[in-house]
Amino acid sequence: MNKIFLVIKREYLSRVQKKSFIVMTILGPLLMAGLFIVPVYLAQMSDEMKKIDVLDETGWFMNKFENSSRFNFEYVVDDLETAKANLSAKKGYALLYIPKPSATVPSAAVIYSEKQVSIDLKGYIKTVMAKEVENQKLGAEILKEIRKVNPEYKSFGNDSISRESLISEEILKNIKTNISLTSIQMGEEGKEAKSYTEVSMGVGMFAGILIYYFIFLFGAQVMRGVIEEKVSRIVEVIVSSVKPFQLMMGKIVGVALVGLTQFLLWLVLTLTIVTVFQTVMPGSVDKKSPTEVFSPGTRIPADAEAITEQAEAVNSTGMSAISEALGSINYGIMIFSFIFYFLAGYLLYGAFFAAIGAAVDNETDTQQFMMPVTIPLILAIVMAQVVINNPEGPIAFWFSIIPFTSPIIMMVRIPFGVPYWQLALSMGLLTVTFIGAVWLAGRVYRTGILMYGKKVTWGEMWKWLFYKG
Amino acid sequence: MESYFSAQNITKRYAHHTALSGVSIEVPKQSIFGLLGPNGAGKTSLIRIINQITGPDEGELFFNNEKLNPRHTEMIGYLPEERGLYKKMKVGEQALYLAQLKGVSRHDAMKKLRYWFEKFEIQAWWNKKVEELSKGMQQKVQFIVTIIHDPSLLIFDEPFSGFDPINVNLLKEEILNLRNNGATIIFSTHNMASVEELCDNIALINKSHKILEGSVKAIRKTYKTNTFALEYNQYKGPLRAILPAYYELLDEQQDDDLTKATVKLPAGVSQNELISALLPHIALHSFVEIIPTMNDIFIETVNKATSDSTNSQNALL
Repeated sequence: MNKIFLVIKREYLSRVQKKSFIVMTILGPLLMAGLFIVPVYLAQMSDEMKKIDVLDETGWFMNKFENSSRFNFEYVVDDLETAKANLSAKKGYALLYIPKPSATVPSAAVIYSEKQVSIDLKGYIKTVMAKEVENQKLGAEILKEIRKVNPEYKSFGNDSISRESLISEEILKNIKTNISLTSIQMGEEGKEAKSYTEVSMGVGMFAGILIYYFIFLFGAQVMRGVIEEKVSRIVEVIVSSVKPFQLMMGKIVGVALVGLTQFLLWLVLTLTIVTVFQTVMPGSVDKKSPTEVFSPGTRIPADAEAITEQAEAVNSTGMSAISEALGSINYGIMIFSFIFYFLAGYLLYGAFFAAIGAAVDNETDTQQFMMPVTIPLILAIVMAQVVINNPEGPIAFWFSIIPFTSPIIMMVRIPFGVPYWQLALSMGLLTVTFIGAVWLAGRVYRTGILMYGKKVTWGEMWKWLFYKG
Repeated sequence: MESYFSAQNITKRYAHHTALSGVSIEVPKQSIFGLLGPNGAGKTSLIRIINQITGPDEGELFFNNEKLNPRHTEMIGYLPEERGLYKKMKVGEQALYLAQLKGVSRHDAMKKLRYWFEKFEIQAWWNKKVEELSKGMQQKVQFIVTIIHDPSLLIFDEPFSGFDPINVNLLKEEILNLRNNGATIIFSTHNMASVEELCDNIALINKSHKILEGSVKAIRKTYKTNTFALEYNQYKGPLRAILPAYYELLDEQQDDDLTKATVKLPAGVSQNELISALLPHIALHSFVEIIPTMNDIFIETVNKATSDSTNSQNALL
């Protein structure tokens, strides 16, 4: 057992010390951070003034949206259909419709537009609405607390009650508000297509492609490693010390750890870069100081340090429009699933790649064996397009259950929300399959690595499965 | 002598051919055992079985009176014919890794490597990548790696290939040292001169069968043909004239001063009879028995076995 760790250690260290690994580790996050930052940056660059009509049936948000260099909010009083018609007529950018809430407080809004609404506008609207609702709730809660002490109390005034002392953790939890903002794109003939899922689509597709890329990249590394050992003939020395299966598993696990290291480094570095960018670029996106949010005119005098502090905590969720928009996805499940599907999918394919590497004498001979192995992967990435448009459909379901495509397709589906039983079934099947694949690969591997100068066929490999140790 | 390693009735079959059929060898403790045979005879298959890289289909192996098992891999050092090291890895790091795979602790491995690198005068290579070394240099590193864990059984497959004569001598010396210090060595080669020089016992394998075995001395003795080489002068005529008719004259060369001749005696005739027949005519300068070289024995035995098997095949047809 100790020896397999030695193999893992060598495989791991020899790869992470390579220049190419270090370059990739630095370049990757720069590219990814660029994907986040550039669109936001470009959006800010555009000096075109966007006119947004606000149809507020609740009356809560009157004059709460502030005009800026890029957005001009105009409050309209009409019925929805007229407002929509007007919007097209005067070539406005979007119509924000806040309907009368069915419950006590407004928590939903719809944004109509002809073009896709920019993500920072949505972020801004959600933040402002959330703040306003939270303010109102906070006021009500504080009033409730004060009335517990003094039932006669009517409204805020000069009194001796310290308001800070009244704000408890519980209150802050209670007032936390999530605004759901649905974006509806109006087609040329007034057709409405819902587009509120674009963030989920983006995240799902991105995760799917990343898995695809990781499986290919690190699977190929395993294959190349095996071929290298075979070609340099060191394999014979090593298998006189460790079992071929230990050598194969050591290599597969070592490379998996390299992949995991790269992924985690990318995650950390990307977040760091995005965060640094937000801090360095003042006024970027919709970052607002707490005092601005709790501005005069709200029903609570913003005199207390405590409020400011808590406001900051509340506000931090809406630090940037992007993270706000991405906030609806369950990141715990997302990251856990990503790591699981990366490892399991990689183990499944990595085992096949190792077997292929063992069966051939050089990399050019790998073609004929690579084809059948890569077809399911390519099929999965093609199917991802279909799945993303219908994440609940039968194609999505089956491809996310079948182990050969599930690592990619399930990652595409997860941002849309997947029932837990499906997730469990998919993961279970994948686990069983990769154990089987590793077993099969081990049998091909131990014969293949010592076989030289022979063009191997599928039939031959089949026979290897039944050779005695 | 007690046998340290033995293989009994080993048979190994592959899809299309049999690599070994019923081969047995006995390797005495602290001896050098030559495993000989033409290319494709099955030597590598046997060596891989001894190293537990593959298993035999039939037969049993014993290591120091125990059935061969995976624990023994740490007591075996193996230098394969096809050498190889990780090209991109540094020499020292690689040697440490391979030593650790053989169960040596990092600390001990470091100590021993330092000793051997000094002995072979290659300390300067420690931080070089393997691909920067010449082939001969790589072989040296590989030799050190093979013996670094003080194995009690060493298997060398063509150890001298790729070495210059100076390093071949260095290596021979080390191999003899290892034997004298207690190691048992299995040695596979096509270089018959080194077999005569180093091996105590041999086994000759041809087409998956063992066709000859025994101590080198005994084998050479049994292959003696009662042939003698002599040098003489003071007689200028043809040797045939003074040689008894039923003695076979194989060769005769006249120099200015000395005549050299090779004579084969019929079975049962001793060299003394030859000498007494010649002495009245010549002044004898040297007289030696020609003992067949391992090379001759190898060629003769293999050819005989091959023609035998063709004959028997023909007979079957």
